[in-house]
Amino acid sequence: MKVTLKIWRQDGPQDEGRMQTYALESVSEDMSFLEMLDVLNEELTARGEEPVAFDSDCREGICGMCGLVINGEAHGPERTTTCQLHMRSFKDGDEITIEPWRADAFPVIRDLVVDRSAFDRIVAAGGYISVNTGAAPDAHATPVPKENADRAFMAAECISCGACVAACPNASAMLFTGSKVTHLGELPQGQPERYARVLQMVDQHDAEGFGGCTNLGECSNACPKGIPLNVISQLNRDLNAAHRHR
Amino acid sequence: MAITGLIFVGFILAHMYGNLMIFGGQAAFDEYAHHLRELGAPMLPESGFLWLMRITLIVALVLHAYAAFTLWARAGRARHQRYAVTKQGYGQFYAKAMRWGGVALLLFVVFHILHFTTNTIQINGDFAAPSDRLVSSFEVWWAVLIYLLAVLALGLHLRHGIHGAAMTLGLNTSLTAQRRIHQVAIAVAVVTVVGFMVPPFAILLGLTP
Amino acid sequence: MTQTLIDGLYREGEPIVDTKAPAGPITDKWRTRVFDAKLVNPANRRKLSVIIVGTGLAGASAAATLGEGGYNVKAFCYQDSPRRAHSIAAQGGINAAKNYKGDGDSIFRLFYDTVKGGDYRSRETNVYRLAEVSANIIDQCVAQGVPFAREYGGLLDNRSFGGVQVSRTFYARGQTGQQLLIGAYQALERQVGAGTVQMYARHEMLELIVADGRARGIVARDLVTGEVQTHLADAVVLASGGYGNVFFLSTNAMGSNVTASWRAHRKGAHFANPCYTQIHPTCIPVSGEHQSKLTLMSESLRNDGRIWVPKRREDCDKDPRDIPEEDRDYYLERIYPSFGNLVPRDIASRQAKNVCDEGRGVGPKVGDFRRGVYLDFASAMERMGEDAVRAKYGNLFDMYQRITGEDPYQVPMRIYPAVHYTMGGLWVDYDLQSTIPGLFVTGEANFSDHGANRLGASALMQGLADGYFVLPNTIRHYLADGPYEPVPEDHPAVVEAQQSVQDRVQQLLAVNGERSVDSFHRELGNIMWEYCGMERSEEGLRKAVDLIRSLREEFWRNVRVLGAADTLNQSLEKAGRVADFLELGELMCIDALHRRESCGGHFRAESQTEDGEALRHDDEYAYVAAWEWGGDDGAPVLHKEDLQYEFIELKQRSYK
Ligand SMILES: Cc1cc2nc3c(=O)[nH]c(=O)nc-3n(C[C@H](O)[C@H](O)[C@H](O)COP(=O)(O)OP(=O)(O)OC[C@H]3O[C@@H](n4cnc5c(N)ncnc54)[C@H](O)[C@@H]3O)c2cc1C
Ligand code: HEM
Ligand code: HEM
Ligand code: SF4
Ligand code: F3S
Ligand code: FES
Repeated sequence: MKVTLKIWRQDGPQDEGRMQTYALESVSEDMSFLEMLDVLNEELTARGEEPVAFDSDCREGICGMCGLVINGEAHGPERTTTCQLHMRSFKDGDEITIEPWRADAFPVIRDLVVDRSAFDRIVAAGGYISVNTGAAPDAHATPVPKENADRAFMAAECISCGACVAACPNASAMLFTGSKVTHLGELPQGQPERYARVLQMVDQHDAEGFGGCTNLGECSNACPKGIPLNVISQLNRDLNAAHRHR
Repeated sequence: MAITGLIFVGFILAHMYGNLMIFGGQAAFDEYAHHLRELGAPMLPESGFLWLMRITLIVALVLHAYAAFTLWARAGRARHQRYAVTKQGYGQFYAKAMRWGGVALLLFVVFHILHFTTNTIQINGDFAAPSDRLVSSFEVWWAVLIYLLAVLALGLHLRHGIHGAAMTLGLNTSLTAQRRIHQVAIAVAVVTVVGFMVPPFAILLGLTP
Repeated sequence: MTQTLIDGLYREGEPIVDTKAPAGPITDKWRTRVFDAKLVNPANRRKLSVIIVGTGLAGASAAATLGEGGYNVKAFCYQDSPRRAHSIAAQGGINAAKNYKGDGDSIFRLFYDTVKGGDYRSRETNVYRLAEVSANIIDQCVAQGVPFAREYGGLLDNRSFGGVQVSRTFYARGQTGQQLLIGAYQALERQVGAGTVQMYARHEMLELIVADGRARGIVARDLVTGEVQTHLADAVVLASGGYGNVFFLSTNAMGSNVTASWRAHRKGAHFANPCYTQIHPTCIPVSGEHQSKLTLMSESLRNDGRIWVPKRREDCDKDPRDIPEEDRDYYLERIYPSFGNLVPRDIASRQAKNVCDEGRGVGPKVGDFRRGVYLDFASAMERMGEDAVRAKYGNLFDMYQRITGEDPYQVPMRIYPAVHYTMGGLWVDYDLQSTIPGLFVTGEANFSDHGANRLGASALMQGLADGYFVLPNTIRHYLADGPYEPVPEDHPAVVEAQQSVQDRVQQLLAVNGERSVDSFHRELGNIMWEYCGMERSEEGLRKAVDLIRSLREEFWRNVRVLGAADTLNQSLEKAGRVADFLELGELMCIDALHRRESCGGHFRAESQTEDGEALRHDDEYAYVAAWEWGGDDGAPVLHKEDLQYEFIELKQRSYK
């Protein structure tokens, strides 16, 4: 099949970007979306044009490195990661617009590559349980009710891809932050730091320049791991409690 | 935001209930309007309760609008470079509906107070009794239309706002809770729209006692 | 040194006699080592700096632990965040000798299974220690908040994995690697927050600095700005993962590479057993020329799925549902009646290749052959019902459907083996120190624990054992003699390393030839897969060495890397990695050529039993092959480390 690609090209963080149009033939529907871009890049290289920069690593939907806004949707039309999207989700002759995640807290580095280090800093602000290596009790010392373990797992499925931010009309990272708060807050091991954690993480979230959450829910719709909106509510609940504790 | 919003919800529901009094006859409605002013007496002076409520509402409105504009501005700062293509999902819709709808509500409230409370804006003649003002106004189709639009905006605002308030208060902690919250939000929004619009339409169509 | 040149391909050097393991019974060795290792006064730790390359399980855990200890740590990874290291992709689980099931597991049994699974080509002392610390890993991870699967009583669940008879595998649905790595990453970020660890994401190590005989730093390229930076420290740790991507198509992440290890190898670190590669039998087959990587599907599918191909070549393009039972060849069940579809990975993989080589493969033709076999759940669905199958394997089926567009509830899945893990790596002693003093190697990047074949769920165990418990204790001994004399920025070794990186970058950009980097990588991968893949022969390997040499020559003459050095330039990154793969590939073939026996993942056509099974030669080859870099024009030098089995008796594996 043939497709027309409109791709955001930007040389560097300081440069102006622009949309550029490319026609690509011989696309097979078994290709993943990123393989389609690989093919484009091979053609560009052969023509002496610089290939399009985009991030990916595992190409299995788990590392969270990939992520493009495709026709206005973070990770494209299916609920999965960009690397797991396949060309059979498109039709012959389609025009496909490809843009990077857009948020001031995720500055563009080049073309479709953005800097998501803000997420690391949110985690560094408190997204952990303080236990030094070797200081742990036996793993069976504290049983965890299955319901809590399951909810913690559900929240821990977040792959830090940033699609929630890309999709949120406010460019808020509350789904990401809420998933970490819920994951650790659901476990007995996470209790001692529960309230300090949520305060520090939210402060860092705001300091990074993400927008505020007005409960619009697009984040969860775009999330490839289906992290539910209730992690944000959980975060708010913990935040309210934390203010009371302070 | 959630607190101020929920104060509004409380007021709106009460207000709607009051408006429905019109079906009890004009006297009942005037009695209600009067009663509002007597409420709390003799502990409070004449109109004391009303003023207490007004102050609460004004403070809430200022806080609410302040928070809303702050969030709005923050969202703008958080994404300077816009997307070339955006899929119009519910989120995008409500993002706009809440903000512009909120502003519209604010304007409406000003208009509405000038209309009913201060009697500054007079539609279809000058009447002293609240019930008369009400009835005479809604005999005019475009007055009904203005109120209809406002009430629809309110419905949308509540549909999303109640869900949002529950989220913000941390009530949504499971998928079941989420479903219930949505149900409540939709129910309140529908009841509000219908409840508010029944009297004007009834008057317009000449169905009031 | 014996300088015999063997066919001009390699030379043999001095054997390695001392692996630095303490004397005494195996059960006491580790305790002895920890006790004997010198201590560093807490006040001095701040003055000691360590560079850690890699933030997978092995690197992140080490960085966090050393940071907690108060050392000054710099950690590097090429991804945009340490949490994206390839460890994230591990699905199945992690082993630990906890014996929570009371089914007779023990440290010794885990030790024994791992040595046997490795086909008796791993070092007993290291493996025993691995089994010993395995239990602590689970405690540590649970305390960090890793959400392992639990039973209704609230206690941890286990499953049995990879053909062992006890349930010792801890898991977190199909995301064990992600959950473990997030645990380590959180611990790492906590130290970043505390200021003990400085994180350098999107930085790639391109050279090792060896000054006055010690590893003292690295040269790294900032992948965003292109800046070539020098980082100096008292010790360097490589935790840079495996090199399966030398095959181009593998289950590894796109960026997995050998560069860090290879640069260290060229600076004097021996590379051990490079040819030991694990090929995983249940991957989704290649669908066409565009394929960029292969996706693993959990091995657990083999518990209920039946593997078959048509008996006749003519049937291969038929709809499988139209092929009657009597025309199907359930070849694993036929050849291995007692283990059936559950034979170990290497055997299942090789047999799949055999039937496809016979022309009985299924699915689309890639090149001249169909490369795929059926994994059929029809009888499982009949036996258990479709719903039960859905409950057990639903997510895997969905993944399969997403990738292939076929519905496995209707049509049998197609699978084919793919390169998955590399057992070889930089040679290390008992302390995980390489042959360069001050250079330590952990995780998949070293060679030590898995011999010629790795058991399922033991790579995660090794990465975390190394990073949390082993390295922090052994590196302390080395650091106790520091801080070492500061290395000035104008030290000849630093200048040389800096310059060589700059030159190489410029050279890659200057060639401006005709072919893309990927086309070279793909061709190298084809050569490796064809001749150094599931079955290797003397003739094929010799041919491969020639092919790789001429490909390498062409690469430096004809590669096309566009763009500049001072921006994000992904072609340039790839080019550097492929250049190193082109050197590594040759060493792998030479290693495979010299080892005229079949063991674990290494199957030599010349060394098989009458019925085609792998045949080891313990009298000749019970050693680790540690290769020393022989110079750009010289031949590599082989150092043998004899493997002594004091506690476990060597046996031929049999799965009939
Ligand atoms: C699909 C799949 C499934 C698996 N499932 C299992 C399983 O169920 N159980 C199990 O035990 N094992 C499994 N394995 C194996 C296991 O995941 C890996 O062996 C293990 O995670 C390797 O960890 P590591 O820390 O050594 O390296 P990695 O996790 O690969 O980390 C390498 C790190 O080094 C960095 N790096 C590399 N080169 C450079 C450089 N030049 N400069 C700077 N940084 C660099 C990378 O950025 C990364 O941070 C699986 C492997 C695959 C491919
Ligand atoms: C200045 C005008 C107004 C603006 C800009 C505005 C804007 C908003 C916004 C953006 C929200 C979403 C907040 C969130 O989800 O966190 C919101 C919520 C809400 N608004 Fe308004 N609004 C305005 C006036 C009003 C008025 C007049 C009412 C009542 C009649 C009202 C009732 C509510 C309610 C009940 C909520 C839900 C509370 C919450 O979500 O926390 N708003 N408003
Ligand atoms: C058809 C719909 C409505 C009718 C018939 C109606 C009617 C009235 C009347 C008669 C009064 C005067 C009461 C008095 O002074 O005694 C009043 C006051 C008021 N109404 Fe409404 N109203 C309607 C909708 C709304 C809506 C949608 C809002 C808010 C968003 C609103 C907010 C107010 C406020 C704030 C006051 C002033 C209360 C005070 O302080 O005295 N009304 N309304
Ligand atoms: S919450 Fe979902 S969308 Fe957001 S970073 Fe995590 S996985 Fe991605
Ligand atoms: S879309 Fe945005 S507004 Fe909140 S609910 Fe999600 S972060
Ligand atoms: S590349 Fe890893 S999730 Fe897409």
